Amino acid sequence: MELLSPLMWIILALSIGIPAFFILGARYVAYRLAGQPTSVPGPATGAFPVRVPRFTSRWRALRTLLMVMVLGTGTGIILLRFVYGIGAVTNLSDQFAWGLWISFDVMSGVALAAGAFVIAATAHIFRIERFKPLVRPAILTGLLGYFLVVGGLMVDLGKPYNIWRPLIHWQHRSVLWEVGLCVATYTTVLLIEFMPVILERLNKFEGIAKRLPTVPLYRLLKRVSIVFVILGVVLSTLHQSSLGSLWVLMPGKLSPLWYSLYLPVFFWLSAVAVGLAMTIVESTLSSKAFKRGLEIDLLADLAKAASVVLLIYLAARGADILARGAWPLVFEPSLQAASFWAEIGLGVIMPAILFAIAPLRKKPAVLFSGALMVVLFGVVLNRINVGIIGLLPYTGNIYVPSWMEFVVTLTLISVGVIAFGLAAKYLPVFPEEGEHASH
Amino acid sequence: MSASNRKSKLSRRDFLKIAAATTAGFLAGSANPVYASDTSAEGTWGMLIDLTRCTGCNSCALACKESNDLPQADVVPESLDSDAFTFVEARQVVTANGEPETRYVKRQCMHCLNAACVSACPAAAMHSSGEGPVIYRPNRCLGCRYCQVACPFEVPRFDWDNGVNPVISKCWLCYDRLQAGQKPACAEACPTGTLRFGQREELLTQAHAQIASNPGRYVDHVFGESEVGGTSMLYISDVPFDRLGFPTSLPQTAPPEETEKIMSKLPFVIGGMAAVMTGTAVYTHRGSIKSTESDRTAEQSEPSHPTDNQEE
Repeated sequence: MELLSPLMWIILALSIGIPAFFILGARYVAYRLAGQPTSVPGPATGAFPVRVPRFTSRWRALRTLLMVMVLGTGTGIILLRFVYGIGAVTNLSDQFAWGLWISFDVMSGVALAAGAFVIAATAHIFRIERFKPLVRPAILTGLLGYFLVVGGLMVDLGKPYNIWRPLIHWQHRSVLWEVGLCVATYTTVLLIEFMPVILERLNKFEGIAKRLPTVPLYRLLKRVSIVFVILGVVLSTLHQSSLGSLWVLMPGKLSPLWYSLYLPVFFWLSAVAVGLAMTIVESTLSSKAFKRGLEIDLLADLAKAASVVLLIYLAARGADILARGAWPLVFEPSLQAASFWAEIGLGVIMPAILFAIAPLRKKPAVLFSGALMVVLFGVVLNRINVGIIGLLPYTGNIYVPSWMEFVVTLTLISVGVIAFGLAAKYLPVFPEEGEHASH
Repeated sequence: MSASNRKSKLSRRDFLKIAAATTAGFLAGSANPVYASDTSAEGTWGMLIDLTRCTGCNSCALACKESNDLPQADVVPESLDSDAFTFVEARQVVTANGEPETRYVKRQCMHCLNAACVSACPAAAMHSSGEGPVIYRPNRCLGCRYCQVACPFEVPRFDWDNGVNPVISKCWLCYDRLQAGQKPACAEACPTGTLRFGQREELLTQAHAQIASNPGRYVDHVFGESEVGGTSMLYISDVPFDRLGFPTSLPQTAPPEETEKIMSKLPFVIGGMAAVMTGTAVYTHRGSIKSTESDRTAEQSEPSHPTDNQEE
């Protein structure tokens, strides 16, 4: 690629322009909403805390600057990818065709979004009603997770404009076809599950509620919500497990530390565990960010459930490795063995023990760090082991993600975090809506 | 790229075949007539490559480029690439007599009978013709590269430097020429008799006969006979295959068989999960229909505050 060609100038301008457009646009919308309080009539005004974001400290200004830099660089790299090809920005090759974007953005992204179906099923199907306050944030996390998965795919797919084709050309034999179909359907289901939150806010605007059928739609969605919760569980079970089946097609390529015919079962079990853990992480972080109270008893119950799931998962993985006779590999001095121990030791055994002891799991710090270990080591590292590290003995050490791949991933995460913050601020995601908000 | 001329048109023969297969499928009441053509090894094309005969003249590689309108048609390719569907690899080996010698190995798509790439593809861009050749249809491709990850022989190549329309490249056994009643371009061009094109079953018989009638000359193995469930391309050699860079730890069954076992269980997973969840929901919601009704009436009486009811 030629530096300083006219095309590069255009890319540079767009990488500054696109993030700037969105950030200034968001500020303008916030300003307009705040500037016209008359559009929110009556008692509802108090429940609609909209302020123009101001930099209240140097740290906040720095944070915004950092964010703009990440978004700008990420936008630039994504533009480069569509001009000069995937090879220009990644370290991928014909011998190593799937990298960070598949292992992290797609495989980990889907797993970390599992909280949506786990918590929704707990609260609505098993009807353990005290978990209801956790449902909306979990669904929001799930929804954003899937948008990031799709975002990652749009960058990683060679021809993203053909992404609809699996919906038309049915391929019963293809695991990836089934994953694609389920991800598309489940993202729609999550949108429907989240719709009541948006409608609830819209209903506060009398102008909108009068002209559009938002109130009847809201009531209808509430009445049929259980159908979508069940659909969500079925679809999630299918594609969470099938992401594991993807690798069953490659006997001999993936290290026996991970290759197993039961990969789909392991992927599903770890998704359930990380769904619980991710809810703990997300609740703790948002309680800090939005200065809300922490539902420590609820989260401790989730941790207890997570410890049971983790122990089942551990037993299954252990039995599988013993049965396949792959256990000697565990004790070899290799990168793969080290990564395996980090995954199982730090991501499964440690949190399972921490969460099994009642006085420990009631401590917010233990709760948070245990859950973070499940997320980072138990699941993200597991997906990276399956998708990258476990393949290296076969391919040779030919792939380490490029810095540009990391920046694109970071960009997608940033967009997700910003969207979560905006949604939490302007929509009734948390039960105390408005009362504990930052003022 | 010769995207347009690689597109196979639906001929009358194909139409009759599809019609016959569909009818047969319905008559047999088979659950999945789609799979039928993919795994049957009878009556499919194949190629027998006798590595003892190859002199490394590269006629095949150049003929391939010309026939497929690939760029740089007069440059001898040194690896599989987006502009080379085949190349001849020169390998230094020590023969049975202990002398160092060069062996030339033609590399290309193996055209597996039950191909991992075909099973992997989410949009049927990788497609088994049912006659041996595995064909790529670029206009269906998403560029997901699962075929590359799945291929046991690391054959498919991707346009890493194409921003908006990257395609996969690989040998398609000159399916256009086969339909016109011709041999693949490489087999046509080979001057030494290394490449023998024909029905796979006949070639297998010939290969075993050739090994048997030349004692001590060949390694007693036809590569591709049973590897990954069998491939259309078959190799015989006087040097053990592992020394020529052939993968040695391949399963004897086709990898898609395992994923198909999993896929065939999915209807039960769907049914079971839906039944258990619906059953549980019905059980936990028993007797609560009435309270929902009263909630609704309460909501209707206060239409301006539909959100007061915090229940999901």
